[in-house]
Formats: sequence, C-alpha cells, structure tokens
Amino acid sequence: MTEPIITFNKVNKWYGNNFHVLRDIDLTITQGERLVICGPSGSGKSTLIRCINALEDYQEGTLTVAGSVLGDDVKAIDAVRRQVGMVFQQFNLFPHLTVLENLTLSPTWVAGMPKKEAVERAMAQLERVRIAEQAQKYPLQLSGGQQQRVAIARALCLTPKIMLFDEPTSALDPEMIKEVLDVMISLADGGMTMLCVTHEMGFAKAVADRVIFMDQGQIVEQNTPEEFFNHPKTDRSKDFLSKILGH
Amino acid sequence: MSEIFVSLPARTAPVKTEGFVPWVRSNFFSSVPSSLLSLLILGILLWVASGALRWGVFNAVTAADADLCQAARGIGACWGVVNEKARFIVLGRYPQLEHWRPVIATALLLGLVIASCSRYFWKPWLALLWAGVLAAFFTLMSGGVLGLTKVSTDQWGGLPLTIMLTVISMTMAFPIAVAVALGRRSNMPAIKSLCVIYVELIRGVPLISVLFMASFMLPLFMPVGKSPDVLIRVIVGITLFAAAYMAEIIRGGLQSLPKGQTEAAASLGLGYWQTQLKIVLPQALGTVVPSIMNNFISLFKDTSLVTIVSLYELTGALSLAVGSDPNWRPFKIEAYIFIAAIYFVCCFAMSRYSLWIEKQVAVGKAR
Repeated sequence: MTEPIITFNKVNKWYGNNFHVLRDIDLTITQGERLVICGPSGSGKSTLIRCINALEDYQEGTLTVAGSVLGDDVKAIDAVRRQVGMVFQQFNLFPHLTVLENLTLSPTWVAGMPKKEAVERAMAQLERVRIAEQAQKYPLQLSGGQQQRVAIARALCLTPKIMLFDEPTSALDPEMIKEVLDVMISLADGGMTMLCVTHEMGFAKAVADRVIFMDQGQIVEQNTPEEFFNHPKTDRSKDFLSKILGH
Repeated sequence: MSEIFVSLPARTAPVKTEGFVPWVRSNFFSSVPSSLLSLLILGILLWVASGALRWGVFNAVTAADADLCQAARGIGACWGVVNEKARFIVLGRYPQLEHWRPVIATALLLGLVIASCSRYFWKPWLALLWAGVLAAFFTLMSGGVLGLTKVSTDQWGGLPLTIMLTVISMTMAFPIAVAVALGRRSNMPAIKSLCVIYVELIRGVPLISVLFMASFMLPLFMPVGKSPDVLIRVIVGITLFAAAYMAEIIRGGLQSLPKGQTEAAASLGLGYWQTQLKIVLPQALGTVVPSIMNNFISLFKDTSLVTIVSLYELTGALSLAVGSDPNWRPFKIEAYIFIAAIYFVCCFAMSRYSLWIEKQVAVGKAR
C-alpha cells in the first residue's frame, strides 16, 4: 500500500460539554483505500467523516488530511476541501440553480476555471453518472436517485482525491438505490479513496477494503468485509449484524 | 404462467360541467335560510351601491364652482374640488411656474422604477442608469444650475415627494437590511450585538418619533448651520427605520434555509461571501418576496408621516391645498377619495408586481 492520506490520532470531539461523540479515534487510511463505516445511529460515524472536510471541528488530538493538519487554520481547511468531495444523505443540491450550474459553480468560483472548461468538465462528469441529458433541468424536477447522482458528479467536478459519502442511499426509494450504488462502485473501480457511511452490506462486500464498526463514539472493530460479516469478533458487532441482516 | 399487467393510460381530470346558474343555486340558494340570507345581503349591497352611485355620480358636481358644490352639499359629491385643487394636491407648494420640473423628474423616476422591474434591464449598467436618473431628478427639482431657478427642499411636495421618499428609502434600506440580517447571524459577537441593538432600538420606537428626532433634535447636536438639509435627514430616518424591519424579514428567510445548503457550499470550497451571494441570499430572498413587498407598500403609505416635519407630500399637500381655502374646506372628503385612488393604484401595482416576482422565483421549484 501507499502512504497514508488521512490520519486520525487520538481525536476527541464533544457536542456541548457532555456529549462525547468521538472518543480517542485512531485511524489511518491509505491512498486508494475504500472504507465502509457502519454502526447504530448516534454512534458518531457521520461526525467522523464530517470531520475530514472540517464540517465539524474537534477538540483533542490531530487529524491530518492530504498533508494538512485540520485545526483553526482557514487555509488548511480550504486546501483540504478542494481535495475532498462530499455526498450527503439529503443530496443538498442547490434548488435555484440548474443541474449544470450546480456542477460549474465551484470550479468557476473557487478554482477560477474558465466557464467553457468548467462546462465541458461538468458535462463529462454528468456522462459518467449517466445523466447528461438532464443538465438543463432544475434539481427538484429529478427523481431522488437522479439527484444523488448529480450530487456525486458535482463533488467530482473538483477532481478530489478523497470522496466522502454520508449515508448516500438512506433517503432514496428502494427502486433507486441501485443506480446510485452502481455509480459508486464504478468510482471505486477507478481507484478513488472512498469513505462511505452506509448500511448497504452488499455494497460493502463488493467494494470495501475495510469495514469499520462504530458504537458510542468509538471504533469497536475493523476488518475486511468477509471477516467482519462472517466472523465478527465482538458481541456488540454480532448483535448489530444480527439486527441489520436479520430482516 | 404469470399474469399480464396492463397499465391504464393517464386521463385528464373530469371537466366541471356546472355553469353560472347551478353554481349560484348551490352556493346561495341551497336552503330556505340560506336563500333569505342571500337576498338580505343582496338587498344591503344594492342599497349601498345605489347610494354611492347617487352621491358619487348622478348628483355629483364636477365643475370647479364652490357655490354649485355648496348647493349640492349632502346630496352629491363635489368633484370640483379635485378639478380646482388637483395641481396643488399632486405637486404641493412647488412654485407654479416651474411645475413642469417635478412632473418630468417624477416621470423619469417612475419610468426607471418600472424599467427596473423587468428582467430585461437586470444588467450591470442599470446601476449607472439609476445614478443618472437620480442626478437628473435632484437637478430638476432643486435647480440652481443650467438656468433653472433654485427651489429649496421645503417647497417640494405632493406626489413627487412621496414617490422620491419611497423609492430612495427602499433602495437604500434593502442593502442595509441584508447586511444587518447577515450580521445578526454572524459568529462575531461585536457585529452580532451591534445589529441586534440597532434592530431592537429602531423597532422599539414609532416612525413618527424617528422623523421628529431626525428633524428637530439632530440639529441641536450639530454646529449651527452645519446640519444637513431636513429632506436628507428625513430620508436617512425613514431608511434606517425601514431597514430594521426589512432586516428581520430577511433574517426569517435566512433561517428557513436548510443547513445542508451551507454545508454543501462549504464542502465545495465556497467561502463565506460566495456562499451568501450565490447560495443563501438568492434562496432566502426568494422566500421573503411577499413580506418585503408588504414592507414596501406600508413604507409608501408611511411617508405621509413626514408632514409632521413640515414636508408636504401627497397627504400633507392635500391638507395644505384644501384645508387652507375656506371655500373648498368642506369638500375635503372628495379630495381624500382622490388621493386614496392614487395611493391605491400605486399599492396595487406593487402588489401585482410582487406576485409576478413570486412566480419568477418559483421557476426552480416547479415540477
């Protein structure tokens, strides 16, 4: 494997004074690695990946992403955000802009790319998620699955080194989950470093190099998907797996 | 063997076949009490309408003759007062020989406002056009250059003053309001508390006291002769007043935006100002268009309060024109109906425009 791209070193985070949401997180992710993070709700898995592009801050420890230590330094945050793309559970497309404008906004305004080049790149990304024909529509005219694919394309427009997925299929109708997962799988095949909070175990088995199981702000167990799903080590993960696979 | 699923083609909704008569029957005459009530209300409406018509049209005097009006008093309206005094009501104390100046100036300003309403004119040069028209407005109104006689601001009045006060206060209040609304949500405690104090202070006092302070108290603190013109002080007063209310409206719009929008913008690397300008404000302002328009309309009518500081805008000019003339003083009501009509036309236009804007804003949300 290559050098680490994300390093959590004894990271601790509290919401307010009493809610200890991340507890002594130690985690190293290497370039090109595909991670699936699972765990019950409130276990801190979303918070963990939101720390990586500084949507959340942390109080103790150090978090290094693509060579920058995330802290109070605004420049470091900017540098990291340019290399980290994020996909949200609720898509968070900008409803007042067309699909194409959603994609070109950041390249033109943040990266200072000429309009023409930004449009070409945006169209290429839309082709990649197989939705180019919808470029002139507004997000709310699309189905949930289409919106999420647009959101993935938008994140890819800045050619990130790392992609974060925060429960990307949880808000989708069952019929639309596959089209989004297919896009994510093709992305994984392209060698992207990916962190995905999801309970789609099929996806985890298909693409993940490592599964992280979190509970109460801690990493309880990490292993390859085969080992984790077939031979979970802790009682807590056995219990969790029995609940999500049982139905 | 599996069953074959046949999907039904989509149909249009059934057409309502009811015409006028069935509609009236089902809504007004469905039962005996309902019919009686309908007839009673119809009777009252007819009675009121016929009375109004008799007073306002059939027995009305349109000639500008005070004696005829006096004779018709009590049985017919005296539109003669409008005939006689319209010029003074609409233009106030402005010197009569120079009346063409406020007329042209106001036409220019109104034309600009109407043009600015159209999407076609939403270009960068519109700002230059505004600067040009405002310069022309004030040059025409105050004179003193280009061979125009000087007319001091205390002689300005009537509709030009009303329109100018509204337009200028609105355009200046809007950016202030946006800044204050953003400031109130700022993470910086100093900026935040400054904005809170400003809003709470202004909202805590009536407009009339703001005007009064701007007009009478401010000069007491300034060196003699150094105090700015009363018109400027009044404009600043109204602007600050309107901005405080508008800021709260805009803050409401900002708060209605889901947090995910700013998070998505942040994750794409957009900075604070880029996020506000490109993502937050376009959406937040879109949702508060009706409330802002409401604010504009009430501001337009609130300008009538500047009479308190001896600026005779439309309402003030009316009292001046009709109240000071014993021959016509009894017919003030007719004159008030006349300016009510002027106010109504302006406010109705604003309200219609607000609806149009709402539709424009809703484009992105349409399915």
